[in-house]
Amino acid sequence: MLWRMLTVLLALPCLSWAEETVVTGVSHSRFSLNAALDGSELFIFGAVRRDAPIPDNAGKLDVVITVRGPEQDVTVRHKSRRFGIWVNTAAVEVLDAPSYYAIAASGPLDEILSESDRLRYNIGMDHAVRRIASHPKIASARPFSDALVRLREKSGLYTQEDGAVALAEDTLFQVGLELPANLVEGDYSAEFFLVRNRRVIDRGETGIIVQKTGVGRWLYNLSQEEPLLYGILSVALALAAGWTAATAFRLARRR
Amino acid sequence: MQIYLPIAEVSVDALLLLGIGGMVGILSGMFGVGGGFILTPLLFFIGIPPAVAVASAANQIAGSSFSALLAHLQRRTVDMKMGVVLLSGGLLGSSFGVMVFSILRRQGQFELVVSLLYVLLLGIIGTLMLMESIRAIRRARNPGTVVKPRKRHTWAHGLPLKMRFRTSQLYVSAIPPFVVGAAVGVLAAIMGVGGGFIMVPAMIYIIGMPTKVVVGTSVFQFLFVTGFTTILQAVQNKSVETVLAVILLVGGVIGAQVGVLLAARLKAEQLRMFLALLVVFVCLKLASDLVLRPAELYSIGSS
Repeated sequence: MLWRMLTVLLALPCLSWAEETVVTGVSHSRFSLNAALDGSELFIFGAVRRDAPIPDNAGKLDVVITVRGPEQDVTVRHKSRRFGIWVNTAAVEVLDAPSYYAIAASGPLDEILSESDRLRYNIGMDHAVRRIASHPKIASARPFSDALVRLREKSGLYTQEDGAVALAEDTLFQVGLELPANLVEGDYSAEFFLVRNRRVIDRGETGIIVQKTGVGRWLYNLSQEEPLLYGILSVALALAAGWTAATAFRLARRR
Repeated sequence: MQIYLPIAEVSVDALLLLGIGGMVGILSGMFGVGGGFILTPLLFFIGIPPAVAVASAANQIAGSSFSALLAHLQRRTVDMKMGVVLLSGGLLGSSFGVMVFSILRRQGQFELVVSLLYVLLLGIIGTLMLMESIRAIRRARNPGTVVKPRKRHTWAHGLPLKMRFRTSQLYVSAIPPFVVGAAVGVLAAIMGVGGGFIMVPAMIYIIGMPTKVVVGTSVFQFLFVTGFTTILQAVQNKSVETVLAVILLVGGVIGAQVGVLLAARLKAEQLRMFLALLVVFVCLKLASDLVLRPAELYSIGSS
């Protein structure tokens, strides 16, 4: 399997606390993945800039990285039993849900980062989805947004990987994120957080343009933009494939 | 070997798809049925979204009918005029079916309705086939029983709008073939089946066509109706997965050759019994999925 890799290099300017900073040097990176493949890996790495030695009393340094895909409205449906069979009976529109959301940290997220900072910087699966269209008939939409996160975690679109970020010598960090093939194309944003004593001490952000390549992407775009042409092409392809295969077999049997 | 289907947005094993196409091909080679009614539920079972499975199955049927139609044209076993009447009904039925398809999908009820229709259809076909094959096995044991000859004059001959169909040597009303064609068109759009199981008996018993032109004429109708349905589905519902259809086709053609060979070696009654059991099994599996509590009660987007 071919793994395509992207490197987001983080350069090292200015500072805020304890002379430790992380800022992106590349403002936009392009990432192409072949849609015919099963998935690809997004490889992110960077460094911590430090102007003075780490004080002895400083706590452990940790790094948290999040990646968010383009936001979309999503309908989440709920089944219940009617006349003995299971039927979709309720639907809730979840607004601006990220099409992809990954959290990677150098340790267990709950332990290395305080609840208040997770809330402030919107880090965590419980903060993945924020807006839900109000619905008169449904008392609480919370189970629906939880279900969305659960379903997307199952399909690999949302992922939390505690301990996936490798931090070497408190300076160099890196993480590889597996991307599923049904990723949405568009502008992704990657955020980086330096964490000490359960507090965020610096953050950086960079944009990544995700593009698909290959026949699959071409077919998908054609089906969306030129559906009539796509339909005619589908029939023509099917006729050609059916006829070719049948003819090939007839010829092979005659020999 | 995993392959990503861009429209269905799922990854599936390409060999598994080839196998399913091949199995359906074996069935069609052995029994002369299209096999759409087995193909579409099998696609549901391997995780293809129902809307994509139905629309792509229509595409697959268009492809597999083409070489069959060419063979029938060569043998002159197609009643073109009858085919055109059936087809005009079919196009109307298909347009209506695609419309219903998109309404159901927007409501989030497409999967449910398709499953219910399949349970009903497979239940009827399976039961009839089981009964028929039991009767056939009995008949083979005591050959004394006489099979009744069928009437060529049916109630359909009393209706207005009569037309002459030379190839079928018939002078009948155009209404029954039009209605039959329309019904089959609706099924092609909503269920992704060719509809031979309805069309062939209707042509023989209601319209009274001679058996030798029945298959060729229905293949003529399948090709154009499923081709038209595919284009309509692509435009209205964007749910046609060409990659899937082509893989299934290739598997299907290979399977059909195997099926013809198998059919020559096995006993017809046992073959029919096997197909009947398969149909009943798929029916029960679909029914149990509807009745048993699903592991996940929530789902994302339109089915």
